[in-house]
Amino acid sequence: MATHAGLAHHFDDIEQQREAGTLGMWAFLVTEVMFFGGLFLAYILYRSKYPTEFAVASNSLNVTMGFINTLVLICSSLTMALAVYFSQIGNRRLITVFLLLTMVLGTTFLVVKGFEYHEKYVEHHVPVRFPTYEFKWEPHGSDHAGAHEASSLAVDTGRVEMFFWLYFAMTGVHALHMIIGLGILTTLVIMTRRGRFTPEYHSPVELSGLYWHFVDIVWIFLFPLLYLIGAHLHR
Amino acid sequence: MQLSIPFSPDQASSYSGRVDALFAFLCVLTILFGAVITLVIIYFAIKYRRRKEDEIPRGVEGSMRLELFWTVVPFLIAMGIFLWGSSLYFTMYRPPDEALEIYIVAKQWMWKFQHLDGQREINELHVPVGRKVKITMTTEDVIHSFFVPAFRIKMDVVPGKYSTVWFEPTKAGRYHLFCAEYCGTGHSRMIGWIDVMEASEYQAWLAGGAAEGSLASSGEKLFQQLACNTCHRSDAQGRGPVLEGLFGKPVQLSDGSTVIGDENYIRESILNSQAKIVAGFQKPSIMPTFQGLISEEQVLQLVAYIKSIGTKQPMEGGAAKPQPPTTQQ
Amino acid sequence: METAAEVVPPRTHYVNAKYGVKSWLLTTDHKRIALLYLASVTFFFFVGGFFAVLIRLELLTPQGDLVQAETYNRLFTMHGVVMIFFFLIPAIPAVLGNFLVPLMVGAKDLAFPRINLLSWYIYTLGATFTVIAILLGGVDTGWTFYTPYSSTYSNGNVILTGLGVFIVGFSSILTGLNFIVTIHTMRAPGLTWFRLPLFIWSHYATSLIMILGTPVIAVTILLLALERLAHIGIFDPALGGDPVLFQHLFWFYSHPAVYIMVLPAMGVISELVANMTRKNIFGYKFVAFASIAIAVFGFLVWGHHMFVSTQSVYAGMVFSILSYAVAIPSAVKVFNWTATLYKGSISYNTPMLYAFGFIGFFIIGGMTGLFLAALGVDIHVHDTYFVVAHFHYIMVGGTIMGYLGGLHYWWPKISGRMYPEGWARFAALVIFVGFNLTFFPQFLLGYMGMPRRYYAYPEEFQVLNVMSSAGASILGIGYLIPMIYLIWSMRYGPHASANPWGAFGLEWRTSSPPPTQNFEKTPVVTWEAYEFHPREEREALGVMDVLDRTLRPDLNVGDRG
Repeated sequence: MATHAGLAHHFDDIEQQREAGTLGMWAFLVTEVMFFGGLFLAYILYRSKYPTEFAVASNSLNVTMGFINTLVLICSSLTMALAVYFSQIGNRRLITVFLLLTMVLGTTFLVVKGFEYHEKYVEHHVPVRFPTYEFKWEPHGSDHAGAHEASSLAVDTGRVEMFFWLYFAMTGVHALHMIIGLGILTTLVIMTRRGRFTPEYHSPVELSGLYWHFVDIVWIFLFPLLYLIGAHLHR
Repeated sequence: MQLSIPFSPDQASSYSGRVDALFAFLCVLTILFGAVITLVIIYFAIKYRRRKEDEIPRGVEGSMRLELFWTVVPFLIAMGIFLWGSSLYFTMYRPPDEALEIYIVAKQWMWKFQHLDGQREINELHVPVGRKVKITMTTEDVIHSFFVPAFRIKMDVVPGKYSTVWFEPTKAGRYHLFCAEYCGTGHSRMIGWIDVMEASEYQAWLAGGAAEGSLASSGEKLFQQLACNTCHRSDAQGRGPVLEGLFGKPVQLSDGSTVIGDENYIRESILNSQAKIVAGFQKPSIMPTFQGLISEEQVLQLVAYIKSIGTKQPMEGGAAKPQPPTTQQ
Repeated sequence: METAAEVVPPRTHYVNAKYGVKSWLLTTDHKRIALLYLASVTFFFFVGGFFAVLIRLELLTPQGDLVQAETYNRLFTMHGVVMIFFFLIPAIPAVLGNFLVPLMVGAKDLAFPRINLLSWYIYTLGATFTVIAILLGGVDTGWTFYTPYSSTYSNGNVILTGLGVFIVGFSSILTGLNFIVTIHTMRAPGLTWFRLPLFIWSHYATSLIMILGTPVIAVTILLLALERLAHIGIFDPALGGDPVLFQHLFWFYSHPAVYIMVLPAMGVISELVANMTRKNIFGYKFVAFASIAIAVFGFLVWGHHMFVSTQSVYAGMVFSILSYAVAIPSAVKVFNWTATLYKGSISYNTPMLYAFGFIGFFIIGGMTGLFLAALGVDIHVHDTYFVVAHFHYIMVGGTIMGYLGGLHYWWPKISGRMYPEGWARFAALVIFVGFNLTFFPQFLLGYMGMPRRYYAYPEEFQVLNVMSSAGASILGIGYLIPMIYLIWSMRYGPHASANPWGAFGLEWRTSSPPPTQNFEKTPVVTWEAYEFHPREEREALGVMDVLDRTLRPDLNVGDRG
């Protein structure tokens, strides 16, 4: 078997290297599941304890932005999958195109998130207590019909705050993973431009695709759990 | 079962002997097991020691029967120990219905005891021999743990809730009390004594006591001072639920669930009035929250008072009439 | 054993292949990385040991008179944090595992050599933060960081120490990932799963725990930091949180962590027992599966640290019964090791002495675990010195004995030299005596009621405390002796042949020390895990026993025969 340029010295052949890389990435994603799992566990516990407050707080999130972000991420998974496809058939130009598109979509996600966080900041929904800034919860004003009903529900500010820190913690950690993903994609673009990938050796693209899809799937869970649980209060 | 084992504290409670018995059994089991393995190893190590540098013995591969034997037998022994330990655990952690009640508020770094009749003690608790004692406790700050080695009992005190522990002292004497959950600088100093007295001495000690009256009467005073009685009237005309006859009974909540009206429920309702709303009463509750306004000891006084009226029947008119919901401004 | 005159060391090997600090700090050779870790964990062992010395000195007298209470609290906290996260968890996997896993499976390196180096740098980064925290006064919450003390009340360097632990966790995860992938995908031809050394099985099980459990402690520390910095209220009852939730999250990792600490040592012991008695481990498959069972069950028992925490009695019962279940595979291993001795050819050299010591200590440590799993007894001994004695029997009497036994056994392979056997046996004896004297009295102290983390105690506990401190000084000397002679032997010890013990395992079929690429030619495995054959059988089967190599010391470069 020919020695490929991408074959590392400690592997017997490219097949073994590919197998090792794939298993390694899957094992790493399992660790990520455990990491996010701790946060999801906290979410499950506190939501079952305080369902009303969670619904009311969720209501105050910007569902439109959340939905846009969901669409953006799903599209980015498509562009990523296409980048992987083109790496499998060796079309350098299109690999780069789709990697860049994925990066654009990922950046869009982060920008929208930035706007969302800013909105929350302005409304004093960031659950911190500093001398200059404190969390404040007032039921929403008359900007939508559900407000009246939402505000007539018994709510405890502390519990509402619990929702918000979970929101920031979970979406924050997710955003961190997105940023890391963008860094990985940048590296891939550089490697593609340098002609490092061939149909025989393109596993970095595939494995990064796995990572990107994982980050996407985490968002698919986050979106309904954080944004949609108060939807029934819109009447 | 009263044989005491070396290096153990006094057996001073009704279940100390049982704990010692299980411990002694485990010691015997360990010694037996350890001795057998050790002797076998020593025997093999000597009999089969290497005599020539290049010798290689014939192998003995394995034995399914042996493997099953030494998996199943230890498992059965372990299950036996589990059952023994669990039954003891149930006894130790299930407080009896009838008991002398004591309240504790722990804080860094002292134990504050409160007898029902108003006696307060710090770090030294007097109890009579031969009577069951039930302690309800909480902490003002961090987690501590109430540990009396002579009674073999221990229970954490956790902020935000009440925990309960019980014992029946069987021997008069003075026994160590330790804090057994690390709680900061003064953890080693958060120690005290449990003084178990003969019945007559205990009566004498009690008589010397409380200038301020019983815990429940302090609670009653506080109940009026804080204007609780304006809404929680015994004639069911108030805007809050009637509290006579409430304690220890099931309470229907507005979300359809039922809770027992115990110490934790009362405490939560005082400190976080929105937490559980009684069925038929308006939401959000109009009861103000007292979080930060009263101390844990004051909460205990109120709890004691509500407990004391728990045996009363609500007045004529039956249970409180639910109020029609008013709009919130 | 062959004399020095007969043994010819290999011309080039991994140590002299390249010189210079950069060649070590930027190496991707798993053997060099193992030595980097060796230096780091040894350093932290002595840091943690220094704190232990101060603790035992303070406890000589009932009054708190050596240090202030606050200082003492920081001492025991840092002792725990350093020993657990920077010594016990990495020691065997990152030193012996890194060195041996590729050799034992017949590979040239681990699956991801650069990630291996990265894991050492991450360890060092985490260690740096922790050292800074120590220099700034440390933290006083106990290594268990219980809330709300750690989240609201402590005025120590909680976040800095937490950061150090958080970062070093990633080092653990990367090591585990590397081992799992290597064992799955890089075994030499013919090396099926059931031909693997039990050391590999143990490290595989350990790696499963590392990758599944460590992320949870990472998230827990993150939440604690958020609570401390921003008062989000997750663990604060005044804000609707639950302090006991922290305990659940913390122990969900920290219980499996103790299996990360002991499983590799058990793997070492399996190697020692098999090779020092020249017999296949009795019940090989049972021992292999027991490792996996311990890893799996280990995730289900965390609540046994919380029997008195106000958790419900029913939860207590579930955790108690599962804790008995997890004890059984460990017992099975002890029985199998003992049975291996039957009709063996048992050597009394130092590694075997450490193996014997391990088995003895592990019996006591393991059986006292049964005491703790018994609900009625645990109520009395929880948070007393009984627990302290129990875990030190396993972690020090178990893991450290396994570590030292393994270090001595593989020392000729790692360094190419033999250590002085007389001094080594003497040190093993000193450690054995010192250890028992230090920790056995603590069982008694615990049952008598002496709580943990006390720097001043009632008078009646003094005698046993003095015994314990006396033992600690002997133990300390016992640990210093191998430090000295192992370093001495690197320069002055007699050269070792490829297989000085006459042992089985691919690592013994290459030179001591091995070449950088481990093997001149990738071995093809046609034999079982510890397939020792007596001479008559060898002749009848027509096979050449691998042991014959030892009798021909000139053949010390790896070669399949």
